[in-house]
Amino acid sequence: MNDTDKPQPDPQPDRPEDSAGQTLTEPATEDRQQEERSRSVLREIVSGDAMAGVLAVFLAVFVGSVMIAATDEGVRETASYITARPSDFFTALWDAISGAYSAMFRGSVFNYLLTEPAQQWRPLTETLKFAGPLILGGLGVGLAFRASLFNIGGRGQMLVAGGAAGYVGFQFDLPTVVHLPLALIVAMVAGALWGGIAGLLKARTGAHEVIVTIMLNYVAYYLLFYALTKEWLLKTPGSVNPKSPPMKETAILPKVLGDQFNLHLGFIIALVAVGVAWWLLNRSTLGYRIRAVGENPHAARASGINVGMTYTIVMMIAGSLLGLAGANQVLGTVTSGVSLDLDASIGFDAITVALLGRSKPLGILAAGILFGALKAGGFTMQASENISVDLVLVVQSLIVLFLAAPPLVRAIFRLPAQEAK
Amino acid sequence: MRLVLRGITKRFGSVVANDSISLSVEPGEIHCLLGENGAGKSTLMNVLYGLYKADEGEIELDGEVQHFTGPGDAMAAGIGMVHQHFMLIPVFSVAENVMLGNETTGFAGTLDLDASRARVTEISDRFGFHVDPDALVEDLPVGVQQRVEIIKALSRDAELLVFDEPTAVLTPQETDELMEIMRQLKEAGKAIVFITHKLREVRAVADRITVIRLGKVVGEAEPTASNAELASMMVGRPVELTVHKDAPTLGADALVVKDLRVTDLAGHRQVDGLSFTIRAGEVLCVAGVQGNGQTELTEALLGLQDDVSGSITLDGEELVGRSTRRILDAGVGFIPEDRQVDGLVPNFTIAENLMLNRSFKSPFVKNGSLRLGALREFAQKKLKEYDVRARDIDSLAANLSGGNQQKVVVARELSRELRLLVAAQPTRGVDVGSIEFIHKQIVATRDSGIPVLVVSTELDEVVALADRIMVLYRGRVVGIVPADTPRETLGLMMTGERPKDLKDVAS
Repeated sequence: MNDTDKPQPDPQPDRPEDSAGQTLTEPATEDRQQEERSRSVLREIVSGDAMAGVLAVFLAVFVGSVMIAATDEGVRETASYITARPSDFFTALWDAISGAYSAMFRGSVFNYLLTEPAQQWRPLTETLKFAGPLILGGLGVGLAFRASLFNIGGRGQMLVAGGAAGYVGFQFDLPTVVHLPLALIVAMVAGALWGGIAGLLKARTGAHEVIVTIMLNYVAYYLLFYALTKEWLLKTPGSVNPKSPPMKETAILPKVLGDQFNLHLGFIIALVAVGVAWWLLNRSTLGYRIRAVGENPHAARASGINVGMTYTIVMMIAGSLLGLAGANQVLGTVTSGVSLDLDASIGFDAITVALLGRSKPLGILAAGILFGALKAGGFTMQASENISVDLVLVVQSLIVLFLAAPPLVRAIFRLPAQEAK
Repeated sequence: MRLVLRGITKRFGSVVANDSISLSVEPGEIHCLLGENGAGKSTLMNVLYGLYKADEGEIELDGEVQHFTGPGDAMAAGIGMVHQHFMLIPVFSVAENVMLGNETTGFAGTLDLDASRARVTEISDRFGFHVDPDALVEDLPVGVQQRVEIIKALSRDAELLVFDEPTAVLTPQETDELMEIMRQLKEAGKAIVFITHKLREVRAVADRITVIRLGKVVGEAEPTASNAELASMMVGRPVELTVHKDAPTLGADALVVKDLRVTDLAGHRQVDGLSFTIRAGEVLCVAGVQGNGQTELTEALLGLQDDVSGSITLDGEELVGRSTRRILDAGVGFIPEDRQVDGLVPNFTIAENLMLNRSFKSPFVKNGSLRLGALREFAQKKLKEYDVRARDIDSLAANLSGGNQQKVVVARELSRELRLLVAAQPTRGVDVGSIEFIHKQIVATRDSGIPVLVVSTELDEVVALADRIMVLYRGRVVGIVPADTPRETLGLMMTGERPKDLKDVAS
């Protein structure tokens, strides 16, 4: 067939990319590149390497430090006579920044100011407690990303699932072995149905999932609001507040490290979900099809893969994961009853987690724990250093900003342009 | 304008894309750069156009060494580029596109559209382009859009015109028209660089030919050189351009299409009452100018079109109304016309691409999970068998050359148990060496008793592969004729005319 005398070099070796992420190739592949370019922003965010993520976090923390310094009383005071006594200024600067981050460390990992080991390590368990729903939600958003679907509907999926799980949680009298799994399953089903609506609409009518999921967030919110005003649904009889009765003991996620720690089974569920999601994406045929549809729906369709069905299934799985995150809140973190703020903005934070985790289950695990730590540490920071907890939100947002601008990050750190993969 | 390139070397990392390339182009000359995809032709032109900076070597225009820092410098120096993918704004008129980037403005910065319009008309008249300056670009046929690109270059007084694979998007007629335009430009004293890998075109217009292989100039050739000589220079070994095949061993009627009608989403009837039969062990080639229903026909066969009526039976089984998956599972192999879009997932590895239409059951699937071991083993074997030039089975499809990508598609389709092969434009954008290989595979498929439908807009390919030729025009059959029908007759039929004495052949 092809009898060459000498070994030929790789005919199309990897070529470098320019900063726009465009491969320098012959015109034969230009068509694809043009399509690529339009999707490259999302792709860069989703498929960039871990290094860029670490650097984005680093940069965000740095900018956060500048903000801490700029808003610190002591720093501003000393800055007014910086030329006279610069050492004062730098001492104040150091105090402000190191104070903030050591408070964050004490609040999220290890409190060295305490003496009893259990109390010292308590912050870490808080971090993991916060991380649980973030990981579950991040998986839900990340999985949709892999099918190139932008699931902004995490909030709605959590609210619906949380409400459903809560109903099961306070309404039924069942033994724990039945009650808790039932509540979790109901939450997953509710989330799956809610997410599935967006998938089905996209599959059937081509409605854009971003718009549909955003609107479904409102629908879910007001549905829950309605349910919380009706006693035959979720409202506590005799109460004036839109809040449900507390969960029955049998439906509450058990504490995993004894009663002195708040860490509950939700985190373990999140760990299992990471494993399942990894298997699903990398080893299962369904995951293979999800990735194929996400990368090139045309080729997937021509290869006999039902693209619309895949969208629907992905959104159902995503919804069920966010449903678990909702159940995690109602049955584990705040067991005093379903309320309208049960999602605690996790539905949106999950997007950030998925982006930072590059839509890969293990990346999402790491990103979820980081964000859990920011959440846990933020409170301590506010309490002990009087720095607004909103700073944590700023840092989180900056992380996304830097993730979305890899060329900027590369330029700052003078990294070589990303090699073609 | 006289262009001299001296010792241009361009490296990307450790890859030398251009290795000390020297060539010159005289005014009033068409200089062909001939080379396979990935040989480095476009890199060289991008250096010339100021998009890349050469690591070594120099560019000289009329005896002056140039230092371009961007396309703007190159344009100012009188170099015009006609890109393969047009750099036009579809919703702008021709005149607006021509002035874009070089706007003449009147009082208070108002655009002087009249000046641009006059310029377009002047150039259009001078070369007989027949372009209406007020037409919207999106409404124009591809061939006319290309002329707008040429007008754009000429309106900036380009003396050297670079045509980068200009015929890839054109119909045979439009290609002929372009050749005529190039000759006229040459008469007007312009220097022309014509980049291509199509031998016929080279021999039709070139005054001089420079062949590039693996980033190096391998030699100059005369336009009188034979196709075989040019091809072997390009590929670096003797290439068989004709397809050797024995007379077909025909079996029973396998694919029977009756009164097929396909309506597209816009409501246009694209395939209008098509009936034909392919027997086992036979190649039926569908000829015709692009856009006469070929795409819709192949997609209807694969269940990719929604609005289909009529009947398609394969060995007696009705395919109309079945899902794509069930059609594929029934043993229909499909080489889509655009592998980048429908054939491959660019960011999947070769191995992953090889199981694209078998993600539901064995051999790569067991209980819903992937059998990665079996897949790897299969991929290793096919890589070797189909001579896919890649580092390994984990290379991304996106990083392969067009020919190697197509071999991956062919390998995937032919390694299933087939009862019908549908190959649409199987060698479009594929290098000469791979064309030879793919043609052999198609003939081998036929010889194993499988009916084959080949759609091609390249008459050479149609004639080479066909046992019978079906010519389509506006979704209807003009005629089904023997493979030895003269090219002129086929060409005529492609315009919708049916010669009076024509007789259809059953098979």
